[in-house]
Amino acid sequence: MRALLDHRLAPAVAIAVILLLLPLVFPSTYYYRIAALVFIFALASLGLNLLMGFAGQVSLGHAGFLGIGAYAVAIGATHLGLPCWLSILGGASLSGLIAFTVGRPILQLKGQYLAVATLGFGLLVAIVLTNEAAWTGGPDGMLVPHLVLFGFPLHGPRAWYWIGGVTFVIGTALALNLVDSPMGRALQAIHDSEVASRMLGIDVARQKLAIFVISAIYASVAGSYLALLNELVTPDVSGFLRSIELVAMVVLGGMGSVVGSLVGATLLVVLPQVLTLLHEYEQMVLGIVVMGFMIFLRHGIVQGIAAVFGRTRT
Amino acid sequence: MAEFLQFAFSGLTVGAVYALVALGFTLIYNASGVVNFAQGEFVMLGGMSTVFLALAGMPLPFAALIAVVVAVAIGLVLHRFAIEPARGAGPVTLIMITIGASIFLRGAAQIVFDKRFHSLPPLFGADPIRFGGAAILPQSLVVLAGAVVVVTLLWAVIDRTLLGKAVIATAANRLAARLVGINTRRIVDFSFAVSAAIGAIAGILVTPITLTSYDVGTLLALKGFAGAMLGGMGSAFGAVVGGLLLGLLEAFSAGYISSNYKDAVAFLVILAVLFMMPQGLLGRAQVERV
Amino acid sequence: MARNHIVAAIGIGVSMLFAASHQASAQTKIGAVLSVTGPASFLGDPEKKTLEMYVDAINAKGGVNGQKLELVIYDDGGDANNARTFATRLVEEDKIAAMVGGTSTGATLAMIPVFEEAQIPFISLAGAVQIIEPVRKWVFKTPHTDRMACEKIFADLKHRNLTTIAIISGTDAFGKSMRDQCIAVAPKYGVSIAHEETYGPRDSDMTPQLTNIKNAAGVQAVVNTGFGQGPAIVTRNYRQLGITVPLYQSHGVASKQFIDLAGAAAEGVRLPAAALLVAEKLPNSDPQKPVVVNYSREYQQKTGQAVSTFGGHAYDGLMILTQAMQRAKSADKAQVRDEIEKTKGYIGTGGIVNMSPTDHLGLNLSAFRMLEIKNGDWTLVPDAGS
Repeated sequence: MRALLDHRLAPAVAIAVILLLLPLVFPSTYYYRIAALVFIFALASLGLNLLMGFAGQVSLGHAGFLGIGAYAVAIGATHLGLPCWLSILGGASLSGLIAFTVGRPILQLKGQYLAVATLGFGLLVAIVLTNEAAWTGGPDGMLVPHLVLFGFPLHGPRAWYWIGGVTFVIGTALALNLVDSPMGRALQAIHDSEVASRMLGIDVARQKLAIFVISAIYASVAGSYLALLNELVTPDVSGFLRSIELVAMVVLGGMGSVVGSLVGATLLVVLPQVLTLLHEYEQMVLGIVVMGFMIFLRHGIVQGIAAVFGRTRT
Repeated sequence: MAEFLQFAFSGLTVGAVYALVALGFTLIYNASGVVNFAQGEFVMLGGMSTVFLALAGMPLPFAALIAVVVAVAIGLVLHRFAIEPARGAGPVTLIMITIGASIFLRGAAQIVFDKRFHSLPPLFGADPIRFGGAAILPQSLVVLAGAVVVVTLLWAVIDRTLLGKAVIATAANRLAARLVGINTRRIVDFSFAVSAAIGAIAGILVTPITLTSYDVGTLLALKGFAGAMLGGMGSAFGAVVGGLLLGLLEAFSAGYISSNYKDAVAFLVILAVLFMMPQGLLGRAQVERV
Repeated sequence: MARNHIVAAIGIGVSMLFAASHQASAQTKIGAVLSVTGPASFLGDPEKKTLEMYVDAINAKGGVNGQKLELVIYDDGGDANNARTFATRLVEEDKIAAMVGGTSTGATLAMIPVFEEAQIPFISLAGAVQIIEPVRKWVFKTPHTDRMACEKIFADLKHRNLTTIAIISGTDAFGKSMRDQCIAVAPKYGVSIAHEETYGPRDSDMTPQLTNIKNAAGVQAVVNTGFGQGPAIVTRNYRQLGITVPLYQSHGVASKQFIDLAGAAAEGVRLPAAALLVAEKLPNSDPQKPVVVNYSREYQQKTGQAVSTFGGHAYDGLMILTQAMQRAKSADKAQVRDEIEKTKGYIGTGGIVNMSPTDHLGLNLSAFRMLEIKNGDWTLVPDAGS
């Protein structure tokens, strides 16, 4: 039994089980929508976690890729007449390509300089999306049609709960495999010390670029799903605040913990729904909650709870 | 030529605010290693507190003074209750704490103040000065002069006083500073207090031109941070240069290239500079100890 | 081990949601998703205050059809994604009878499918013409469209024989949408646009853009489309640079505070606005006068702030809704919707509303007044025949 629980893919299976069981307790479509949003954001923050938690890089502009994926679906359907699933793939490829091109120079920077460069990237994407109104519909955004798969229209929170959930489970399984692969170990070595990794023969630049591209693709797919769920995209899907939200999910849940992405996403999607009862005090309480979590559970919720149970797992 | 001057003054005015915010970033970073994203909120607090105190009947100079004191107090509280307890946490965690603080301060500002935007009367009247075909507001000169005074005073303190030496020592190596008897906690307090004061003063000086509201802090923090990076994090002079340069880039892009993309051009230039000089224009090369 | 954490996290999440959900009650629930915080809070805040004030007032008089109203307000923070989530929550959890809200066009467009599918009447408070064009069965709106604002400005330009203009617009949704409409409508009035500039809604200095406009040849007037602080700063920069051609602002200016902030620079600026802004100055024969004077006084008294046309739109939305409920003598969604569509001769802060199955706004150009700022106060420009 313990061997089963310690198996590399155990968390992915656990999430799959939860995915199957949750609908039994959902009283209305509203809960499906919340859960769908959690899975979508968890997917994006999982990609970011691979970059930040495992490889130790920082990105303050990751919502840019979210935006690319989201608008790929909108533009693909409206201007190019492509079926939605093709747009999703197109968006992911485009994000990967842009990450590849931009990543090479950006990833040479370190620490706060990398932070500001990724920040700049995110802002640039947001600016382009806002200004190129002929393609993107400008600040009011664009409508997105429904996903049609094999002739069946798929829309509504229920559909996206399943699509988002299944994709997240697959994404988690892939991430867990990645972490335990030679590449994953190389990334952790880079996180600990780039100089030492280089001496061991690891191609640091290439590994960092690879994980940047992977994390961009995760975010892009999440963005596409978000656009299809909302049937609308607006430029603030790639805004600075969105990027900070993703970073918060990673850090709050636990950097370097695959499950932490889900926990962080759950917290940041559900908390505002609860805090809205506080009306004008919502922002203040949110700020205090974020600060409190960071001060007292500085390695994230998952590590915090694991420490309580006496066992730590990296 | 007239346009060039006009754009230059516009850029310098806005750039002076960025410069002061960037200076605040650098001060705190040097002393404690924290990138303080709540820096922009100090500017907001300076402006909004002065406005509301003046509306409540306090004479303006008094209101401004109290506003600075309030900002300093909040800076100290931020350090003692949010940053200090988390000392030793990773850099991203610390950034998240300051972001949480800025969300909290913005939320509080909405309740304590209001959601509209406000102005303050300019110090020397609103009639522009005509110079070389350009029209410059006297308040712009006040902002620039204020920035110069702040930077000079700061330099004087850091370079010429014992306290300043202690700040440099803490920035260089915190443990070593403690070993020679410096109370590093007080030094970091000092740097937070000074950063807050600088931010508040910038807010008070610039509100007559740019107006203020409860959420001016976010964008300012972003641009101040970018300016500090452009100039080179760790260099106070670099922060000022970076901030001014960012303001000028924005103004010239808006004037000569495209007002739609002025922010984009400014950031592209920052990215280009960072690719060529990864430590910023005036930053020290970061040596990684093995 | 990780499994426990996940279960715990999701369990906490779900129970938090249970805690947050409302119980159904015997009151008539009206939902409102407003941008109380965020970039559109300049609009959302007066909307919220107005709705709260007047729901209380209506309840004090016994409610509607003998039942008290319950107002459920959610803050979307200016984010369309959040707006959609709250719309779903209003429909599924709070089980509202009708909705007045949607501060921004983005939020409104995000929420429309939810309300159309749930068949709940939705009165939007956003400006863009796409909300009611094409007409959707369950969606109405109270604010004038940005196209009307452009037409009012251009009619005035024509009256003053000005044909070549420059446009400086905010890159936010409000500014951009109105700029697009102005460009579309210009040929109809013989107006040509010689130069265009933009600024970010949070920018603090527009002198570079205005310098370019000043240097552009043949510009006879300048139109600024935007809301919030932008128009005030543009106006101040305008005078700083000594530009003398007429300046037109938009209805995004919305409140007397604009004059306070723009100061002496505002002298001579014209803009299209609802009668609400010049309440006291309307001739006594004007049918809107009692409504707008009342609302102005009550808002000022309750909040201590100058009245805002955005708040006025919320007032109109609430009144149209409750009057429709009274005519329908029930809160039944379909009947209320039908009555909203039959609104005729409703005198509100925005104008006189006459809705129809093909017109879910009900205002025409006469609902806008052309105002000019003189001696630090609004004055009405005599209608040139709009």
